[in-house]
Amino acid sequence: MEVTIVGIKWDEILITGDPIILGSQIAILLTSLGIIGGLTYLKKWKWLWREWITTVDHKRIGIMYIVAAVLMFFRGGMDGLMMKAQTARPEMSILDSQHYNEVFTAHGVIMILFMAMPFLIGLMNVVIPLQIGARDVAFPQLNALSFWLFFSGAMLFNIAFVVGGAPDAGWTSYFPLAGKEFSPGIGNNYYAISLQIAGLGTLMTGINFIVTILKMRTKGMTLMRMPMFTWTTLITSVIIVAAFPIFTVALALMTFDRLYGTHFFTVAAGGSDMLWANLFWLWGHPEVYIVILPAFGMFSEIISTFSRKQLYGYKSMVVSIVAIAVLSMLVWVHHFYTMGSGALVNSFFSITTMMIAVPTGVKMFNWLFTMRKGRIKMTTAMLWSLAFVPNFVIGGVTGVMLAMGAADYQYHNTLFLVAHFHYVLIPGVVFAVFAGLYYWWPKMFGFMLNEKLGKWHFWLFVIGFNVTFMPMFFLGLNGAVRRAYTYSAESGFAPLFMLSAVGSVILAAGFAVFCYNIYWSIRYADRNISSDPWDARTLEWATSSPVQHYNFAKLPEVKSLDAFWYMKKNNEGITLKDEEIEEIHMPSNSGLPFLMCVAFGIVGFFLIFEWHLLAAVSTVLIIAGLIYRSFDYNDGYHIHKDEIRKTESTWKKMEGKVNNHVS
Amino acid sequence: MKLKMLVLSLVTAVPLLFLSGCEMVVFQPQGPVARSIMELINWSLMWMLLVVVVVFGLFGYIVWKYREKPENMGYEPPEEHGSTVLEIVWTAIPILIVIALTIPTVTTLYDLEDVPAGYEEKEPVVIHVTSADWKWIFSYPEEGIETINYVNIPEDTPVLFKLTSAGTMQSFWVPALGGQKYSMNKMETELYLVADNPGSYMGRNTNFNGRGYAQMEFEVLSQTDEEYDAWVKEVKETAPKLTEEKYMELLKPTHLGRLTYSNTHLAWINHADHDSELVTDPEDYRYHGYQGKIFDQEDKKSNEKDTTDVENNEEDHGGDHSGH
Repeated sequence: MEVTIVGIKWDEILITGDPIILGSQIAILLTSLGIIGGLTYLKKWKWLWREWITTVDHKRIGIMYIVAAVLMFFRGGMDGLMMKAQTARPEMSILDSQHYNEVFTAHGVIMILFMAMPFLIGLMNVVIPLQIGARDVAFPQLNALSFWLFFSGAMLFNIAFVVGGAPDAGWTSYFPLAGKEFSPGIGNNYYAISLQIAGLGTLMTGINFIVTILKMRTKGMTLMRMPMFTWTTLITSVIIVAAFPIFTVALALMTFDRLYGTHFFTVAAGGSDMLWANLFWLWGHPEVYIVILPAFGMFSEIISTFSRKQLYGYKSMVVSIVAIAVLSMLVWVHHFYTMGSGALVNSFFSITTMMIAVPTGVKMFNWLFTMRKGRIKMTTAMLWSLAFVPNFVIGGVTGVMLAMGAADYQYHNTLFLVAHFHYVLIPGVVFAVFAGLYYWWPKMFGFMLNEKLGKWHFWLFVIGFNVTFMPMFFLGLNGAVRRAYTYSAESGFAPLFMLSAVGSVILAAGFAVFCYNIYWSIRYADRNISSDPWDARTLEWATSSPVQHYNFAKLPEVKSLDAFWYMKKNNEGITLKDEEIEEIHMPSNSGLPFLMCVAFGIVGFFLIFEWHLLAAVSTVLIIAGLIYRSFDYNDGYHIHKDEIRKTESTWKKMEGKVNNHVS
Repeated sequence: MKLKMLVLSLVTAVPLLFLSGCEMVVFQPQGPVARSIMELINWSLMWMLLVVVVVFGLFGYIVWKYREKPENMGYEPPEEHGSTVLEIVWTAIPILIVIALTIPTVTTLYDLEDVPAGYEEKEPVVIHVTSADWKWIFSYPEEGIETINYVNIPEDTPVLFKLTSAGTMQSFWVPALGGQKYSMNKMETELYLVADNPGSYMGRNTNFNGRGYAQMEFEVLSQTDEEYDAWVKEVKETAPKLTEEKYMELLKPTHLGRLTYSNTHLAWINHADHDSELVTDPEDYRYHGYQGKIFDQEDKKSNEKDTTDVENNEEDHGGDHSGH
């Protein structure tokens, strides 16, 4: 039955005929109704709009990033579990081939771009301005726009599997497969458009943080006195600004190919599919370091705090991250040694890739020596950082093995590779965001996550992770390839696949405990805790928890590395004298970033469905938003001294009689 | 903490367990190419094991020794900024390891581009491999035969596979015999393999190319020279001829069993040629969901559907450009 009215094929819009997808459609509908109903019943619409949607406060934006990331973690994790269930036994038929392809594509894109990135950017947002003693980022409204563009892209991508069809060419979306010649459905338009929108947001974040860190550091904080997380954020932002435009261009060319029939990457009419692979990884490899470097920064902070020692070899740590950043732009060909570029090219990229092991090794030993002679406190945040070391080493050494071009001919596209990058990304990024979340949670909300539940979360997750991915190394060496939705019984892969599936259930149980921990802590955790519960070293702990919206009544002065540690030790700069209080200038809230999110979402949706006229007309919304913004003369507002005096006295008064939950 | 040690020992025990019963295809090479790669892998494994042992050992020692316990609550760690000597040491050692790995990597990379050492005297058998959705087509131009989803080769003889694709990108991999290489439309890549002994080896595509990817496998059958010659002769005498029409039918996105023909498709198309025509049809790839606009494939010289003479001329023009 074909229903075409005004050029739109109405019968094709919703995906039909798959019970899992039908279930999701109903669930999405019910959840949306539930949220709308709940907000209306509790009369929270105004609160939501005023306190969150229009906010330009870096801390709130950070929290929104983290909430979105946790939701995306859930979605991506469900995709992962479905893949594990499907491959648990040979010849299973939980998912058919097409559905499996859509699921692993979604898993890859969501986990990297809509989970890891926003989780890290969220923590950067919360922490960085505080760590450098600033009152906000350099461009608060741009920051809100970054978030809302990411959100717009993420939501567009997430509806794909129920509306119109999901992308199914892998997160790498290699041409020719991803082109119209072999994927005529609109699924891959979702990839091109929604990643473009989210990518614009990320690029703006990169610019914003470079300016923030370079221009807004408090008095006395020279570059070499910056906390390591600030350093890694700065370098990450530089990589974002260097690498994301490549992706922007590649996606634009992909959009032209798919929507307007050009031939940049197609095989017909002289396009080059190899060009896509090169452009993709020219962005894609730096992207890996974009997510790993902030994670390194967090581990540095946490290891240093809970060892009660300064970070060992601070200067060589800085040099290492700069070296990693430079090398990250010089290794992209190692993703396709097997393309036949010849021995010389492959040799060059083998060497540059292996060289990354050198600065990474330096960091590893510096972390170990930070702990040496320390007094290591086994908090949940520290446990994640400790587990990172051995697990990441396994990811690292297998990475060196993969870097060796000739050997890669046997590993390429097998589960050995899949195991390797999960051993890098999960200990590297996921352990880091969990560590960071446990560590900075009290700073964000004024209460701690439960440490006991945290340890359950930790052990289940780490054990589950190893049981899931360790068998994949061996499967890969035995010839099992990635992205295959099934395998034969004769292959002999069955036992290890089963083991891996069992591991994924343990992993999922760990995540469930994490969600329960958030729930439990919101309801029951003690609110009467110190603003510095971990006895930490950097400036974000020098102010109240949760942080008052202006961050610091008086901007702190920095005299050395680990500024807050020495402020506490020498007892200077902590107290606030009444005459030091001055009016504080703050930016006003704005609804524009959210409206731009809606506008980009509408234009994106029409482009994805190739309704060009509708898309062109609705672009007016975006242009209107830009025009409105250029006539926006709102200069923000001032907070009066009385209000500051009141806020400051409340939280400082409490400090004397707090409970300690860290033992 | 006991639990932690238990986990750590498990983590190290598991790989050893697997290695002891090591039956993995990459470690069971059946020819000189796979063997040279395995030797490289073993060399790297040795160094990597050293790294793992050193770092894990150091990690376990430090975490155990300096953990917080009731007795040392009063201990305040010293201030320590780093040590230039130590930092130079742990920069230099990884550099040395990287050098130790680089040299054999580069030599192996160069070796793999050529006929394997020791086989230079023998004239290689040339086999054109055309990957399509979702089957493997093997053409023997010398012998004038073509097989689908299986390939017979003589033992102890270098075989030069010339790889190309009729559409999407694939990767040709026979793990028992050697590493893999991509096959791409309008491109030709080359791969040398040799089988030591007669035997049957699994080969497959490793580069995802759509719905039929998981089953895109083929068999490599290595035979003695006599068996191989007899097989070639038999195919030439008994197998049917492949027609262009039948060939276009084969290229549609389907799974096929084994097929054998006594001529090759190279007579009318070699997909490796830069001006060869893309013969797949997007209509065959439609699946669920909203369908986008399909554009004319500009290098189709004979588009059966709704083409006018004017468009045909333009398309020829475009083809000329891409060819030079």
